[in-house]
Amino acid sequence: MANSKVSQDTGDLVLNRVSKFYGDFCAVDDLSLTVPDGSFFALLGPSGCGKTTTLRMIAGLEEPSQGTIHIGDNDITTQKPYRRNVNTVFQNYALFPHLTIFENIAFGLRRRGIKDVKTEVENALNLVELGHLAERKPGQLSGGQQQRIAVARAIVNRPEVLLLDEPLGALDLKLRRQMQIELKRIQMEVGITFIHVTHDQEEAMTMADTIAVMNQGKIEQMGSATELYEAPKTAFVANFLGQCNLIKAKVQSRAAGKAVVTAKGHTFEVPLSRVSTDSDSVLLGVRPEKLRLDDQGINSIKDCVVTDRSFVGTSTQYLVRTPWDLELVVFEQNDEGLHDLHVGDKVSLEWDAEHTFALDGAQDINAGADLEDEE
Amino acid sequence: MAFLHGATRTHSGPRSGIKSRSITPYLLLAPGMIWLITFFIIPIFSLASTSTMVRPEGAQIGTYVQELRFQNYVDAFVANQEQYVRSFVYAGIATLLALAIAFPLAYTIAFKAGKYRNVLLVLVVAPFFTSFLLRTVAWTQILGDDGPIVSTLKLLPFFDDSLRLTATPFAVVSGLTYNFLPFMTLPLYASLERIDPRTLEAAGDLYANGFTTFKKVTVPLAMPGIVAGTLLTFIPAAGDYINATLLGNPSTKMIGNVIESRFFAVVDYPTAAALSFTLMATILIVVTLYIRKSGTDELV
Repeated sequence: MANSKVSQDTGDLVLNRVSKFYGDFCAVDDLSLTVPDGSFFALLGPSGCGKTTTLRMIAGLEEPSQGTIHIGDNDITTQKPYRRNVNTVFQNYALFPHLTIFENIAFGLRRRGIKDVKTEVENALNLVELGHLAERKPGQLSGGQQQRIAVARAIVNRPEVLLLDEPLGALDLKLRRQMQIELKRIQMEVGITFIHVTHDQEEAMTMADTIAVMNQGKIEQMGSATELYEAPKTAFVANFLGQCNLIKAKVQSRAAGKAVVTAKGHTFEVPLSRVSTDSDSVLLGVRPEKLRLDDQGINSIKDCVVTDRSFVGTSTQYLVRTPWDLELVVFEQNDEGLHDLHVGDKVSLEWDAEHTFALDGAQDINAGADLEDEE
Repeated sequence: MAFLHGATRTHSGPRSGIKSRSITPYLLLAPGMIWLITFFIIPIFSLASTSTMVRPEGAQIGTYVQELRFQNYVDAFVANQEQYVRSFVYAGIATLLALAIAFPLAYTIAFKAGKYRNVLLVLVVAPFFTSFLLRTVAWTQILGDDGPIVSTLKLLPFFDDSLRLTATPFAVVSGLTYNFLPFMTLPLYASLERIDPRTLEAAGDLYANGFTTFKKVTVPLAMPGIVAGTLLTFIPAAGDYINATLLGNPSTKMIGNVIESRFFAVVDYPTAAALSFTLMATILIVVTLYIRKSGTDELV
């Protein structure tokens, strides 16, 4: 199977209304998902959101309580893991400590009765640039090397889908950045569908074509990194991906392609295309780097006070308190337009209507905030 | 195994840098050394010396003089080779049976027992709360002619009323298996418990079915425990005489019984000593070959 290129054009991975219960606890809740063949897909969410359970169901390590999983026309819902053409890169790599690196990588090939494994294994080792380590044992390798061997061990089988379960979680920041680029390169080279589970929003945004943000067993929103960041549909997504300012507001009118909303006596405009609710009670959102310390725009708040300032190299981050005591985050680029404000200074805030979005006001305004470092 | 080897090497790294002339290590070693010299090394030499002694013509029973008669070894072996071979066969069967029973037990405790793990481990060693001798005597009751096992078996059509279990090789091997089972279970458990369950999942993910995963991943990773457990069972079982005494008959005598009767009944010290040495040497050779074969040299 390894030399016949089954990995090409095998079809999309489709999860149809999949649920997983552990007793009364619902880990994955009626989840439907299509991952296009050959894409780099990320399942992003805080710990306990059901992303790993979803991955394990695709791998066959857990069986769904309800729903079906297909790859192309092939129903794999109840297929044993060793019968599926799906391979996993485990969170702690799970290399076989008693086998050499060569034998670790050859394991899957040998199990499928392939006699001449040498070329395949060498190609896989070269792909991860560790050809010289073939005769070592896993215990003699560094974390980053083990990680790459785990990828090679999975990829050598040319699976239809490669699952990566927090593969970079155990690496330090610098190595993680390097591996992100490396994994992306490998994915482009082999063209296999990658499904990457992570709680690190930056990692998901850097690597994946499409990201599904998961929360409490459901998908909150799915799309490209830009879509999710610029036009979040829920408070959870807005807060979980990067930082976000959310303001409780009321819709006054919807006309001529824009909605007019008010909050504490201030009036703001939002393009109707960026309003994701029919309700009149909304959460008005704007990203910190879209705010300017000026008072020219249509959307502006005057008489604010700087309450905190921190210099972070490329930008300066301000905390600014509105007249009604709401604290907003503002990032200002460190270029010639720099204001250099200090705590206690009076400022005005303004931003463009097209950078504003409006979400359903019935949500928890803090959903998804401060979750990312839990793991 | 090489991964164990790697682990030990990292430990010895920093230690080699210490060039202390402290006498602390020797002080720490002293109690053990003194104990072993007094109660092991000296007796062993005394035993070795006894093994080549000869009873002078017309001397009293129990009186021996040193004549360096190595023929004692040949005589002792030739006279008792039947019991000798039987000891190794019984010990071998008991070891295999113990392995077959202990592996699933240890596997369950290590991977499936959850919160009952510690309770089960205590139960494994619970027999040690009673004496070895008493436990073996209890087996004569369990396997006795009026005992529960024989009465139950007699209800089945395959057995007639002449069925006996005590005083049979079956009883001796069963007793050996039972008595040394914890020595098999505990090292196996220790090895299995250290296996990351995700490596087993990984094997399944890489197209190995349950049996192949067991053969290619579980067993190799449990090898240190298998070797330790089989040695801890085989060595004492080969030299045991309690089980053969209490559960056997004259034709199930093991080498331990011969040594015992030579020492205490016949007062033939040289033969007993020669047999003890031969037993020790054979076990040593068997163990060395076994460890070589199983590729776990780094264990010892």
